[in-house]
Amino acid sequence: MIPSDTSDAAAETLESGPRRRRVRKSMRRGVPLPLLLPALLGLAFLLLPLVALLVRAPWNTLPDQLTSTEVWQALRLSLLCATAATAASLVVGVPLAWLLARTDFPGRGFVRALVTLPLVLPPVVGGVALLLALGRNGIVGQWLDSWFGITLPFTTTGVIVAETFVAMPFLVISVEGTLRAADPRYEEAATTLGASRFTAFRRVTLPLIAPGIAAGAVLAWARALGEFGATITFAGNFPGRTQTMPLAVYLALQNNPEAAIALSLVLLAVSITVLAALRERWVSPA
Amino acid sequence: MTRSARRTRRTLQAAGVGAAALLALSACSSDSDSTKSDSSASTSSSPKLSGTVTVFAAASLQESFSALGKEFEKQHPGTKVTFSFGGSDTLAASITGGAPADVFAAASPKTMAIVTDKGDGVGTPATFVRNQLEIATLPGNPDKVASLKDLTKSSLKVVLCDKTVPCGAAAQKALDASKLKLTPVSYEQDVKSALNKVVLKEADAAVVYKTDVKAAGDKVEGVDFPESADAINDYPITLLKDAPNAAAAKAFIALVQSAEGQKVLTEAGFLKP
Repeated sequence: MIPSDTSDAAAETLESGPRRRRVRKSMRRGVPLPLLLPALLGLAFLLLPLVALLVRAPWNTLPDQLTSTEVWQALRLSLLCATAATAASLVVGVPLAWLLARTDFPGRGFVRALVTLPLVLPPVVGGVALLLALGRNGIVGQWLDSWFGITLPFTTTGVIVAETFVAMPFLVISVEGTLRAADPRYEEAATTLGASRFTAFRRVTLPLIAPGIAAGAVLAWARALGEFGATITFAGNFPGRTQTMPLAVYLALQNNPEAAIALSLVLLAVSITVLAALRERWVSPA
Repeated sequence: MTRSARRTRRTLQAAGVGAAALLALSACSSDSDSTKSDSSASTSSSPKLSGTVTVFAAASLQESFSALGKEFEKQHPGTKVTFSFGGSDTLAASITGGAPADVFAAASPKTMAIVTDKGDGVGTPATFVRNQLEIATLPGNPDKVASLKDLTKSSLKVVLCDKTVPCGAAAQKALDASKLKLTPVSYEQDVKSALNKVVLKEADAAVVYKTDVKAAGDKVEGVDFPESADAINDYPITLLKDAPNAAAAKAFIALVQSAEGQKVLTEAGFLKP
């Protein structure tokens, strides 16, 4: 009943694990120069500014710079808000990615373009847009205020909202790409065996695309952690409430560049630690 | 017939190219002549100004300096004034970093010092205007703000500039002088963002410059407060050491300090030095 070429393809997909390993082993033998040179150049380009930051860091005054409570307050707030924004992005972003990858509706291409809009929007413009939408006087925000007494600007929730707005597209794009690459026949097989489409999503699709979701979540978390423009525009800047690390760095840069470098180093160290730990556990392809 | 026509066209084209080349050559030589005579003229009593003047100026000067730039171009045909407006700190950092600017006008002596301490200025900077703080409230002042003390009410959402920027430092000075403790909802990164929070009605009031209230028109209402007299910001202006067009730059600074320039600036809400 199943055409032979399809079953071959299915077998190939199933065998892709060991096969990939074989490919990787053969790759170790030689890296072509036309790939190696630009790759190293790219790496150097990405690392050079970070190296400069390390070289110029005020190492002898660093302990003094980092003992202020404001630094730890800002760091804690940054981690909290970035994590909350990632969680919020996961809750609505994964279903959105599924909708874009697995269903067909008129104007889907347009919707996909709209989803990526916050990527090209300058974050400050995003912040203004959020104010116009969710601010105390915004088109939705005024009802939030008068019905529930909720105002988002100048609150920690506002920071999370701003970061979610900027970071979620990274998650959606990443998950959608994984969904498109994942074989839909597993889900089809599950539904022919009597699973509802939601059960198939939960039991088959989700485990299948878990690495993609993890990668997207890490991207979104990293973007949220470094978010500046939308946050300062929408949520303002108040120590302990809305002043995240990037805001603290920016304001320190105005009159004390050394402190700004010290703060950047903290943010850098924390993000590298978290990202490295996550990559080891979830995001590595093997 | 067609061939001869083509040939004539070709000769004409060749002649045209030759003529153009000649013209370009002569233009070149006359150009270098004129620059030579210019540089010699600029040392004499009546300078003939030309070229572009690049002015780095504090964001609060945007409206008045743009007007003065147009006036300058009118007075000195052949010149062009280009501006870079921004936070004084940011501008100072780009000047010390080697940005090709002729004139720097800062919103505080402290930010000017960043440039002069590095030896990038020429002579002592001159104070050309001063700016006083004012409270910006929502149009019609619905919260009936009448004094700086009114802003300390907990029901009001007030934004201040961060203490690292001139307007925030000045506001803090005024608050300290009157022994008031004010907890804002946000410390904004520059004066325009503080003002915008009121323009967008997200905050009930902000402490900004008089000139910003004036520039915002009827989108905000200004409330004077006597304590602002304790925290008046001096605006210094200076010629830069590496100015590519020093002669024109000097003339622009002279225009800013002239009676005519002062008129434009006071109309925008600045105080005379």
